[in-house]
Amino acid sequence: MNRIVNDSPLAVTPLHDWHLEAGARMAPFAGFSMPIQYQGIVAEHRVCRSSAALFDVSHMGRLRFDGDGSEAFLDQLLTRRVTDLPIGGVRYSMICNEAGGVLDDVLVSHLQTPSGSRYHLLVVNASNRDKIVRWLTPQLADFPSVTMTDRTELTAMIAIQGPQAIEVTARLFRARVDGLKRYKAVITDQFQKPVIVSRTGYTGEDGFELIVRAEEARRVWENLLLAGKSQGFAAAGLGARDSLRLEAAMPLYGHELSEQIDPLTAGLGFACNLDGRRFIGSDALRAIAERGPAKTRVGLLPAGKRPVREGAAVVDGDGRTVGVVTSGGPSPTLGRPIAMALVDAVAVDADGGLRIDNRGNQQPAELTPLPFYRPA
Amino acid sequence: MSRDPAKLIYAKSHEWADVVQDGNDQFATVGISAFAIEQLTDLVYMDLPKVGQQVTAGEEFGEVESVKAVSPLYSPVDGEVVEVHDELPDRLDDLKTDPYDFGWIIKIKLSAAPPADLLDFPSYQQQCAEAG
Repeated sequence: MNRIVNDSPLAVTPLHDWHLEAGARMAPFAGFSMPIQYQGIVAEHRVCRSSAALFDVSHMGRLRFDGDGSEAFLDQLLTRRVTDLPIGGVRYSMICNEAGGVLDDVLVSHLQTPSGSRYHLLVVNASNRDKIVRWLTPQLADFPSVTMTDRTELTAMIAIQGPQAIEVTARLFRARVDGLKRYKAVITDQFQKPVIVSRTGYTGEDGFELIVRAEEARRVWENLLLAGKSQGFAAAGLGARDSLRLEAAMPLYGHELSEQIDPLTAGLGFACNLDGRRFIGSDALRAIAERGPAKTRVGLLPAGKRPVREGAAVVDGDGRTVGVVTSGGPSPTLGRPIAMALVDAVAVDADGGLRIDNRGNQQPAELTPLPFYRPA
Repeated sequence: MSRDPAKLIYAKSHEWADVVQDGNDQFATVGISAFAIEQLTDLVYMDLPKVGQQVTAGEEFGEVESVKAVSPLYSPVDGEVVEVHDELPDRLDDLKTDPYDFGWIIKIKLSAAPPADLLDFPSYQQQCAEAG
């Protein structure tokens, strides 16, 4: 049997040296050496909820589409309509296979440069970037006027997230970005250098996601930290990013989403426009919508203090396995364990006292509406 | 009382043991090192054994969980658990600041001499330096 061994060295982001100088604990993630934590996951989590935290998310894939027909090309691949996306609009969407399984969850933006040229930008998961490029490339053959450019290595991506993020950092940009609405983006500049500012994020907090040229990354990062110095802005690693997105009940690919899970099962029907559209997977999704998904994503509050982890079985009152925990851990904000799980829809409706098999211990778990946390 | 980390013996898996002779019996107080706590960070849960439980050197007697991971606690010695620090799981922040005194986890009545592969403080420090 042939085995594929990935022995290529880890990629680094343009902020790698800064992370090392800050004493970050680094670990491999999706082929990149990434900061997991600096001062500690819980402390970084709390900075984001109370002030604002900076995240290096340069590992995320950034694919740019230029040329007439870009929107038509993307429209037949994405679960969300792209053809009517206005300039400055951002949409959360899925890319599905024919069976409706999720290949990736993405953000698509429609942007205009200061010189007036328009393009679409797709931000994809780091772990899925190669797969998505391979999925899109042959389909480009039908759209000769469209060019796809992988901008990941030429750029850096920085998220600034938290209740004070907008107020403190907006003045650093030439455009009035504090007036930017949620899921809107604009190309502007910071100290005469171009930057894409998008009012989006993955923490449950308000904030921006910025894309800058790789060589500008460190300057922008340090400017943001300096701007929020008296507010206690701090860098946060992937550890806090995960606990924050779990509290906000945002799905993580490979956990709540996979090629075996469709968006309707994952509770992401809002990100699927099925009316009068055809896209890859639309027929399968229509069929699933008609009969109702067999499983559903739920929030669980495990009793007691012991965290439950991904992979733990969810069992019903009769001891039958009815689901599996997709993400779980302690919630720093709630001070208790929380979990998301994919559970048989009938077991959710019956709610006959669910339990989680926490490595042999049967831990009672209460169903709870998602998200676990909403900003005040 | 203040326990001196330099006078303790250590398992490679980062548990410390303070072994004392009492008449014909040997007792070990067991905890986890400051280095291990620093590596784990953000402790959120601890699962402890019950008094009377038999433990074996190198085998799991409990668990400590941080935000991201579950880490087994390994007994440095053979014997029987004679005392458990029941208060500890509710005071994990104090374990972090005081791992050698307040942070004791269990006391074990030894059924055999401590294994020869336990490390003295300088050797343990060297292991931590190489790992860190």
